[in-house]
Amino acid sequence: MMEPLLRAHALHLAFGRTEALRGASAEVAPGEVLALTGPSGSGKSTLLLCMAGVLRPQAGSVTYEGRRLDDLSEDDRTRLRRREFGLVLQFGQLVPELSAVQNVMVPLLLERHDRQAARTSALGWLDRLGAADVADAQPGEMSGGEAQRVAMARALVTGPGLVFADEPTGALDTVSGEQVMEVLLSTVRETGASVVLVTHDNRVAAYADREVVLRDGVAEGRPAVLP
Amino acid sequence: MCIVADMSSGHVLLGILAAGPAHGYDLKREHDARLPGAKPLAYGQVYATLARLQRDGLVEVATTENDGGPERTVYDISPAGEESLLEWLATPEPPGPYAAEELVRKTVTALRLHRDARPFLGAQRALHLDRMRGLVAEQRAAVDVDARIALDHTIFHLDADLRWLEAAAARVNEEGTLLR
Ligand SMILES: Nc1ncnc2c1ncn2[C@@H]1O[C@H](COP(=O)(O)OP(=O)(O)OP(=O)(O)O)[C@@H](O)[C@H]1O
Ligand SMILES: [Mg+2]
Repeated sequence: MMEPLLRAHALHLAFGRTEALRGASAEVAPGEVLALTGPSGSGKSTLLLCMAGVLRPQAGSVTYEGRRLDDLSEDDRTRLRRREFGLVLQFGQLVPELSAVQNVMVPLLLERHDRQAARTSALGWLDRLGAADVADAQPGEMSGGEAQRVAMARALVTGPGLVFADEPTGALDTVSGEQVMEVLLSTVRETGASVVLVTHDNRVAAYADREVVLRDGVAEGRPAVLP
Repeated sequence: MCIVADMSSGHVLLGILAAGPAHGYDLKREHDARLPGAKPLAYGQVYATLARLQRDGLVEVATTENDGGPERTVYDISPAGEESLLEWLATPEPPGPYAAEELVRKTVTALRLHRDARPFLGAQRALHLDRMRGLVAEQRAAVDVDARIALDHTIFHLDADLRWLEAAAARVNEEGTLLR
């Protein structure tokens, strides 16, 4: 395999007595779309959040473009995440007080983009994702599927080099899910970005170039690694 | 009678014989009990299959029983039969439109022999998902809506098999007892 863009190696992470990751490893190559699959509770979201630098594993390493994420300070990690990663969380996690377009503008404003330009760009992404109609709605006024479209727009608006998406189509029907995947895929194929995708939907997993199946906190077909 | 069905039932019968010799009637009963969702085997099919397995050297006649009633032939699996059975159990099926039943046959047979079915289920998932990848790519490239709709039908049937493979692996995981 090509030198990976991001490499998670032998990750361990326990929440109290629950061992969510027990030596899980996964790599994603430049331009590659990787699917993380496996039963509920197998550690998919936890692995994705560790790869994205949101959670810190208790053992093992996450390396992005040769840099150890866990060696970075909290501030540096946050900055890296903002600049280079796009993140769609499993339950949307939009800011409830903001409208859809304001939610999508947030990552641009954090990077000190011009307000008007940020708004134009955000509206463009909402339109591509078929969510222009809810641009002025607040998350509480949206359907689950609309919120997922907005969350995807927010993840793509900064032109990230690596997109993390946890069940990005979970609340969408087949054809709507296909539209969202189509936008995601055509965007990353254009920009050369990579994707790490968690899904229960085999059809969505089939958009990925490769799959890693998790079971009980380890990648199937690889032995558990002791911490 | 369909030749293909005959071939696959052959391996299920070999799987039953691997646990001990049996005669035709027992084989039919055990086959139908193991695969409650499938079509019951006809007696004619059992004897035709046994004759073919014997011709191919995969089963042997163990004894001929005669307890008062009509004469009954007891069959046993041969070393070549055991080899053929193990190969069948380990080989994932091409994910064509007719593979579904064969997946059930292999998994049930493996579990009855207390073999771990998960490597087979995992290998089969990889092949099925590969095929799904091809179909989704084809669908993304399709210009006409009718082509997309036609592909949906194939994709959803393949998805049904994939979901069955997942559920089967999850159930095996839970029932560690089957593997004792
Ligand atoms: N913040 C947390 N606090 C405590 N336990 C947690 C936390 N996050 C995850 N877990 C536990 O860790 C295990 C793995 O959870 P995770 O969310 O990674 O699973 P998953 O594979 O994403 O499941 P699903 O398909 O249901 O989303 C589960 O047993 C879960 O209960
Ligand atoms: Mg999850």
